[in-house]
Amino acid sequence: MSEVLRAEQLCRYYSVPQGFTKPKAVVRALNGVSFNLQAGQTLAIVGESGCGKSTLARALTLIETPSAGELWIDGKPIDFTHKPSAELRRTIQIVFQNPYGSLNPRQTIQQMLDEPLLLNTTMSKSERRQAVATMLERVGLRPEYAERYPHMFSGGQRQRIAIARALMLKPQIVVLDEPVSALDLSVRAQILNLLTELQQELGLAYVFISHDLSVVERIADQVLVMYFGRVVEYAPKTTIFARPQHPYTQALFSATPQARVGEKRERIHLQGEPPSPLKPPSGCAFNPRCRFTQTICKDELPELRNLEGSQVACHLAPIG
Amino acid sequence: MSTPLEQSHWHITWNYFKTSRGGMIGLAFLVILLLAVIFADFIAPFDPALQNRQALLLPPAWTEAGHLPYLLGTDAVGRDILSRLIYGARYSIFIGCVVVSLSVIIGTLLGVIAGYYQGWVDTVIMRIMDIILAFPSLLLALGMVAVLGPSLINAMYAIALTMLPHFVRLTRANVMGEKNRDYVIASRVAGAGNLRLMFKTILPNCMAPLIVQATLSFSNAILDAAALGFLGMGAQPPTPEWGAMLAEAREFITRAWWVVTFPGLAILLTVLSINLVGDALRDALDPRMRRS
Repeated sequence: MSEVLRAEQLCRYYSVPQGFTKPKAVVRALNGVSFNLQAGQTLAIVGESGCGKSTLARALTLIETPSAGELWIDGKPIDFTHKPSAELRRTIQIVFQNPYGSLNPRQTIQQMLDEPLLLNTTMSKSERRQAVATMLERVGLRPEYAERYPHMFSGGQRQRIAIARALMLKPQIVVLDEPVSALDLSVRAQILNLLTELQQELGLAYVFISHDLSVVERIADQVLVMYFGRVVEYAPKTTIFARPQHPYTQALFSATPQARVGEKRERIHLQGEPPSPLKPPSGCAFNPRCRFTQTICKDELPELRNLEGSQVACHLAPIG
Repeated sequence: MSTPLEQSHWHITWNYFKTSRGGMIGLAFLVILLLAVIFADFIAPFDPALQNRQALLLPPAWTEAGHLPYLLGTDAVGRDILSRLIYGARYSIFIGCVVVSLSVIIGTLLGVIAGYYQGWVDTVIMRIMDIILAFPSLLLALGMVAVLGPSLINAMYAIALTMLPHFVRLTRANVMGEKNRDYVIASRVAGAGNLRLMFKTILPNCMAPLIVQATLSFSNAILDAAALGFLGMGAQPPTPEWGAMLAEAREFITRAWWVVTFPGLAILLTVLSINLVGDALRDALDPRMRRS
């Protein structure tokens, strides 16, 4: 297996004006995230709203330039100061969360799927038309749909179109930014099946961003749990689902509804709100809400360390 | 949606437009006006500049003193008012089209650039527009025409300039709203450059309010041109422009009501029907206004 994506200490900061007289504040939306992804594998990024999942997606696809850190795509280091090349675009693509906002209402499906080919390849018009028809069939839509507008499709069909568009350039990596959270349950399963089929067929690597652990359990190979712009736990799926090490991961997992009868589990209720990005807590960002907080948690930032096959950023792990 | 799937945007818009009675009446009037403009040479009973010394200030044909073929009477130098109105419609429509196209094209261009790039480009463009907006529009137009010299063409440039800020502001606001939508980002990830994003991806999605604004500006352009003509700064005699006709006729207002009434009525009806069409169009293009 070859490594197609590698991030080292990836950061993205925003400066926020605080008013006329005060200096600008810096929000660290993404604060030193590292991981790597093998061809054909799925990395799930998990965390609650505002933890930096979508910022990570936008940084990986270079929609927003990372503020610091390094990124290797397909073994090549990325120079953030340059505009992404056509070659890079062919390697990494993105599918957005909301299929109602990600399709241009004034373009037909043909025009929409044609655009990446038109801009990045030298294919003739009839070749492109053929490629669009083939891709529509591959994602489970009729080729005749090419002349229709997005408003004529349902949410699930729209998401199929969005997936088709991401695959037009035959990328190796697809970043899926909560691709099924806007869909209802039955459609969700169909889209997940489609994604799994496409992954096997085309050898795609997925960065799958989600807050839905049942979806993650189904599709992921590796799981990366984020809190407040940092990685708190990074482990293979089976390991993390069998034994979550970080107190935050434990709380997150205990919040998933269980369908199995008879299995009893302790429900961990998190106290309070996620910290304000303008006033980050000292030490471990999770300490104001953690059940186990001790003095060291307030003083020192925990580094990721190896523990029973996982990487955990907690002073106290194993715990709980 | 219960409508057939293959319907285009414009087809749906037309279906909604049809439900507005005011819009349809306005549209009918405009179609008649347009036909009159195109076939003016065949419809008009007289040459608009032809003077008849035997029929000075002749009242309309249905009054006791009036007679055919001077259906709407004649003016102070014996020109047929109906013919002058028909030919005058040509000028009005021409003025409306030129002024609106000029300000829509330039205004949209500036608005898209300001909204897309923001930063200092935006600041420069918008402050210039604020300066234009700071003057009362007619005063600014009057000043420009006074500098450039009174003629219909200069009046049209001046009016186009005064309308520019509305289009720039409208486009800018819409572009700023659209530019961070996911479909624009998706297009950028697909490799679209700035020009393509601005004009091919974003602009078509900002067109609905622009079309409505353009329609409503059309009537304003006619009105402003008439006002300039009335002040002697627009169309020059013997051009049968409606505003200029009003101005020439104002000394007879107590003696010959028809000389002022008909050009005034022509302006009123045209502006009214364009506004009705504009309103109906706004409702038809705005999904929130649509009745299901």
